Amino acid sequence: MLRLLKKTLLTGIVTEKIKAPTNDELEQLGIEIKRHIDKKFSGSIAIREVDAGSCNGCELEIHALNNPFYDIERFGIHLVASPRHADVLLVTGPVSRHMQTALLRTYEATPNPKWVVAAGDCAACGGEFGISYASCGAVSNVIPVDVVIPGCPPTPLALMKGLLGLMKN
Amino acid sequence: MNSTTANWQTAFFNQLVLKGCVVERISIASAMLWQIESRDWQLFAEQGLEEQLRWVAGWAEHNQSQFLVNACFEKQGLYLWLRTIITAEKPELPSQATVYPAASRSERHTRDMFGIEFIGHPDDRRWTRHKAWSENSYPLRKDFPVQGTPDHITPPDMDYPFVKSHGTGVYEIPVGPVHAGIIEPGHFRFQAVGELILNLEERLGYVHKGIEKIAEGRVPVSLARLAGRISGDTTVGHAWAACMAMEQAAGISIPPRAAFLRGILAERERVANHLGDMGAICNDVAFIFAQMQFTRIRELWLRTNAQLFGHRLLMDRIIPGGVACDLTDTGCALIRQDIVRLRNELADILMAVDLNSTLEDRLYTAGYLAPELAAAYGAVGYVGRASGQRFDVRKDAPYAPYDQISFKVAVEAQGDIASRFWVRNKEINSALKLIEKFIDLLPPGDIMTAWREPLAGSESLAAVEGWRGEIVSYVRFEADNKIARFYSRDPSIINWPALEKLVLDNIVPDFPVCNKSLNGSYSGNDL
Ligand code: SF4
Repeated sequence: MLRLLKKTLLTGIVTEKIKAPTNDELEQLGIEIKRHIDKKFSGSIAIREVDAGSCNGCELEIHALNNPFYDIERFGIHLVASPRHADVLLVTGPVSRHMQTALLRTYEATPNPKWVVAAGDCAACGGEFGISYASCGAVSNVIPVDVVIPGCPPTPLALMKGLLGLMKN
Repeated sequence: MNSTTANWQTAFFNQLVLKGCVVERISIASAMLWQIESRDWQLFAEQGLEEQLRWVAGWAEHNQSQFLVNACFEKQGLYLWLRTIITAEKPELPSQATVYPAASRSERHTRDMFGIEFIGHPDDRRWTRHKAWSENSYPLRKDFPVQGTPDHITPPDMDYPFVKSHGTGVYEIPVGPVHAGIIEPGHFRFQAVGELILNLEERLGYVHKGIEKIAEGRVPVSLARLAGRISGDTTVGHAWAACMAMEQAAGISIPPRAAFLRGILAERERVANHLGDMGAICNDVAFIFAQMQFTRIRELWLRTNAQLFGHRLLMDRIIPGGVACDLTDTGCALIRQDIVRLRNELADILMAVDLNSTLEDRLYTAGYLAPELAAAYGAVGYVGRASGQRFDVRKDAPYAPYDQISFKVAVEAQGDIASRFWVRNKEINSALKLIEKFIDLLPPGDIMTAWREPLAGSESLAAVEGWRGEIVSYVRFEADNKIARFYSRDPSIINWPALEKLVLDNIVPDFPVCNKSLNGSYSGNDL
């Protein structure tokens, strides 16, 4: 236990503040996102992530949003376990045909008002996979999309910028 | 791959001949191809099992009025590539899955995609096919259009005949395809009594994206991009395997510097993923301290990737003929510093982890995969190595740059989640040493060989050790530098079935950590 405390204390807080390289950007972004969330969503917003056919690269970067450097929960953004708790669906991948109904049902299960963010090149336009017998391509071919975040995969910072774009809409 | 016929191959060949099997040995770019009659397909497997060959991969190819059916085996680091040719009018041959359980899903995939019947297959249910195409159409036949004829909305796969169990107190838990966490989609069907798992069936295929089909007609650069997206966490591994196969088929060799840079990229990918997994395993037993520490050092590692190689996950750094990025002396120095820092951090964190009794309670003896079972399924990578299976392509069938250095393969023998946790730690240590050695030995020179268009029909099979384990890639070219057929066997394809076994007699709440300890790729499996 002492070791845990020691390591925790020695590590300190790495969550990035205004001065860290490139990350004053992060902090500014966060503050701005928080302002919008406070105003429009009374302080917090719930996001349900849906992999609709991704290669899993996008998921790795979405995961990174929760690491101590980005720690997006501090800006009021929560990644939740069910679409029924969500304001926003964050969808990755081209929509594989085998996931099409699952995505539609997830969308229906999300209470109104709801927003959809298509994260990654695949979700944005079909990416490397396009449209085929197995893939519906872009998320917007299946459900209405409010914001698109390009990148393969989008970096955690790009994901945060995209979410801010959604707030500003 | 080594193309010399080692002793076991000669003896095995004679054995087959004795059994009345006609074998034609054909030497192809990288490997020895044995072609047999289709009627001997199962006989070969029986003899192979006796000879203790490991079943590695299976795939087919449509060529006008014929199907070429392939399988790959391995023993003592020597690969044996097997082929038979059957007519399109009567596409059937005896199943190898009756002998090798590892071949089961592969044969079901081949049946779904080509309409080839494996006679005697113990499981006649579809596998990759859900409802995106009809029962009597086969996407990998050449006359199947890449766009297919899909419905406007593909219906859900409601009538898959899962195994049922009956009895007082037995109940079923269906999970997925959309899970609670940020993970890939797949379906798990549990039968349980109380909290105890009696049976688990995996139903995958949800992220099938038609990768094999859309690979056809691509040029090498474009295939490398696609291969790098078979499983995003293995972008280096898959791009390397695909490029190696294409390079062998085209008869070009990459510059020594490019090989060393590929080695550095691959080991960096291994370290990043193992850090992520170790954190995630801790998270699944609610040990958040470790999860936060591991994700923190992973993030630092990825930032160095972005700074030195221009991409956090290293996508598209490996290209046909070499690599797309070089390392400067300052870059090398930075990597060294990073490694020293990482080692110190890991030592601290692991000491805390090791002394934690909650973790010990949850990870030791849970999710046990017996070494015999791991061998029977041919489990690869850290899953195999945590259950005593030593095989590592880097060591046993070494390719450049691994053929120029010596290193130790990490093995654990207890086969539980703790083993799969600690074997990852050992692999990180050996990867860090490898990176240091590669930097020491980094030869000067070019990082690219000019591409040379291969002859139509050229083909090759390549194997590399991705971070999850052995990846095997097959390519065949047609005219104009275009791909006629591409297949890649992700290690997950081999390891997923082991999860169905290792969860038995565990409690349902331990399923997430069992699953994480194996961490199969859904995308890499579904293709
Ligand atoms: S955008 Fe890139 S990382 Fe994301 S799912 Fe598509 S290929 Fe993978």
